[in-house]
Amino acid sequence: MSDSQPNQPIERDVMEYDVVIVGGGPSGLAAAIRLKQKAAEAGKEISVCLVEKGSEVGAHILSGAVFEPRSLNELFPNWKELGAPLKTAVLRDELHMLTSETAGIKLPNLFVPKTMHNEGNYVISLGNLCRWLEEQAVAAGVEIYPGFAAQETIVEDGVVKGIQVGDMGIDRDGSHKPDFAPGIELRAKYTLFAEGCRGHLGKRLLKQFKLDEDVDPQHYGIGIKEVWDAPAGKHRPGLVVHGAGWPLDVLGTGNTGGWFLYHADNNQILVGLIVDLSYSNPYLSPFDEFQRLKHHPVLKQYLEGGKRLSYGARAIAKGGFNSLPKMVFPGGALIGCDLGTMNFSKIKGSHTAMKSGMIAADAYADALLGGNAGGDALQAFPEVFKQSWLYDELYRSRNFGPAIHKFGALFGGAFNWIDQNIFGGKIPVTLHDTTPDYATLKLAKDSTQIAYPKPDGKLSFDKASSVFMSSTNHEEHQPVHLKLTDPSIPIAKNLPLYAEPAQRYCPVGVYEVLGEGANARFQINAQNCVHCKTCDIKDPSQNITWVAPEGSGGPNYAGM
Amino acid sequence: MKAIVSVKRAVDYNVRIQVKPDGSGVVTEGVKHSMNPFDEIAMEEAVRLKEKGKITEIIAVTIGGAKNEETLRTALAFGATRAIHVKDDGGIEPLTAARALAAIFKKEGAQLLIAGKQAIDDDANQTGQMVAGLLDIAQATFAGKVDIEGNKATVVREVDAGLETLEVDLPAVITADLRLNEPRYLKLPDIMKAKRIAIEATTLAELGVTAAPPVKTLKTTPPPSRSKGVMVKTVDELVAALKAKGLA
Repeated sequence: MSDSQPNQPIERDVMEYDVVIVGGGPSGLAAAIRLKQKAAEAGKEISVCLVEKGSEVGAHILSGAVFEPRSLNELFPNWKELGAPLKTAVLRDELHMLTSETAGIKLPNLFVPKTMHNEGNYVISLGNLCRWLEEQAVAAGVEIYPGFAAQETIVEDGVVKGIQVGDMGIDRDGSHKPDFAPGIELRAKYTLFAEGCRGHLGKRLLKQFKLDEDVDPQHYGIGIKEVWDAPAGKHRPGLVVHGAGWPLDVLGTGNTGGWFLYHADNNQILVGLIVDLSYSNPYLSPFDEFQRLKHHPVLKQYLEGGKRLSYGARAIAKGGFNSLPKMVFPGGALIGCDLGTMNFSKIKGSHTAMKSGMIAADAYADALLGGNAGGDALQAFPEVFKQSWLYDELYRSRNFGPAIHKFGALFGGAFNWIDQNIFGGKIPVTLHDTTPDYATLKLAKDSTQIAYPKPDGKLSFDKASSVFMSSTNHEEHQPVHLKLTDPSIPIAKNLPLYAEPAQRYCPVGVYEVLGEGANARFQINAQNCVHCKTCDIKDPSQNITWVAPEGSGGPNYAGM
Repeated sequence: MKAIVSVKRAVDYNVRIQVKPDGSGVVTEGVKHSMNPFDEIAMEEAVRLKEKGKITEIIAVTIGGAKNEETLRTALAFGATRAIHVKDDGGIEPLTAARALAAIFKKEGAQLLIAGKQAIDDDANQTGQMVAGLLDIAQATFAGKVDIEGNKATVVREVDAGLETLEVDLPAVITADLRLNEPRYLKLPDIMKAKRIAIEATTLAELGVTAAPPVKTLKTTPPPSRSKGVMVKTVDELVAALKAKGLA
């Protein structure tokens, strides 16, 4: 118990480790495990502490997912015996170009870019894989603390010294409640940031250490996903279906994206839509696009009569090679999607995230085992990275995203087929996409309003029932964790210019404009937030900053 | 004075429960588990009594498989002094749990068992009462307030008619209701320290307890989904609608 108040200095406990890792996703967990493996090989000790803002490891993980086991094979050659949850091998790939709400073309296998073939891959729940990786990490001696969010970086004399864990028990007005518990400092020789796409600390580090100055701006997508219990007779374990086009642009380049429908184990179907956050129509609602997509015959055939089990959303960083920032700064590094290692041409980021964590772990373990005191910008990490298959893979797929942005789904797809299938990704040209995603919106007056069909409650649903399906929850009296730099902008600027797109890009209805005209006001329902980070990315005024809420707040995904 | 607090690992209260397609039970695999919230309240109460100097030792006890260790770690982070893990991979009936808790209670010479009034998974609301029966000691269930003075506990119970105040002689069983207290946030340093405390392991056999015959679950079905509401415009319409349904 504490009687402290915000104006008094807070006394914080300090714990010291060799390495602190922020985030319990594939990159953070793979890095933690690899550090312990290297220490064990050397017969020495490296202390590793990992914090995770979700209520448990896996609670905030959302991915398709078709998983390429390359990195897992390297980390645990015996993963099968160890019982890793890779249960459903991909048996068949399909790629569809939807041309209208009822029509579409199934592309012959010959015309599918090589990177989108999935032989040897598995349909998995990335959340469950992370839960399994956590067990392996704990067994290897990693200390893992779920329910604790990294709130701040500790930077002293230009060196990252660790992180400060979020305080618990702060009231809406900022005062300390009777059960206030100050967050402790976790200090380390090296801190690895593995927060996933658009990590709130990673974002600051990029700026503070000027890591992304010489590269293309990062590009993003918002992925919305549902897990379904398949209707009787419709489940085809191992069938992987991808598609592009309707309800987004087929020939146009303004509003693009792609969808997936995977048949997993346990009679489950995983279905989702990724909308490129470079979309231009402010009236576009990724949530409603996804809901109407499920009515297309190609998807409906598998879902009709089934039951939706869960819902969630997460932004992805898909800029790839051209957007890859500097990886290291004094005292640590960015890894995984916090860095931006997703391979968009494969629509996969799990194996690349794991590999980036493992490469980092190799470099940092060698430094620590060699007696390095830490605090430096360890160049061994980027050097080893440049020699790795990960670098080669990202280089080969560098044009995939920009081609879609520039030429649209159909012609961009054709470019990618030529690039990937004829040139093996080494076509002697590099396409760049230099407009950041927040700057792509057209003005509302120049845009077409979209009339979305009403959900039928069977295949399509409203936002409120969807939020419920994410099991998201935040302690209700805490300060709002979505900060407006200028509280007047949503109504004074975004509303007249862009019809305040936050109302539509947020997949869980956090943002609402209530009232009209002079009475209009902007409401933030922070409790609904599923930590997807789309608002932080897409707000045309870059006025919304996502910060970590009280630990263990957010979605409670099971099997996402 | 020693107090025992029983802590159960249950599916987390934030999880939307899903019934298995074959109706054999609910999905527990890959689903978040945590300490039964009523047991957290029991744990918090024990820690507060210890902080007030009313009890000297808190022994947290759980019964179940390997993963129950997490629940004991949580109890240790709360402030339990010791933790006992009764290892058993079978389905634990309330009677089996009560027998094991009674055996530990006797063995430890405890004066108090504080338990959650029920677990949120099976909602049995039986174990605390059964322990009191097996040991032939007093019980004060659904506690909303607890005071201990000397050899007596004063317990305010939440009952249908309001509040009922009981005075019970120790040793006794107290079960915690929702409003007894608000459990504290666990502090990271306490969780870290809790990791380093050794957990004492035992088995039903070592305690001389036979498992109660299992209750056979015939079928699990989800509750019927809520039917669509009807919007009425006036009070008269509402009254008419209620009358039509035979509710008014």
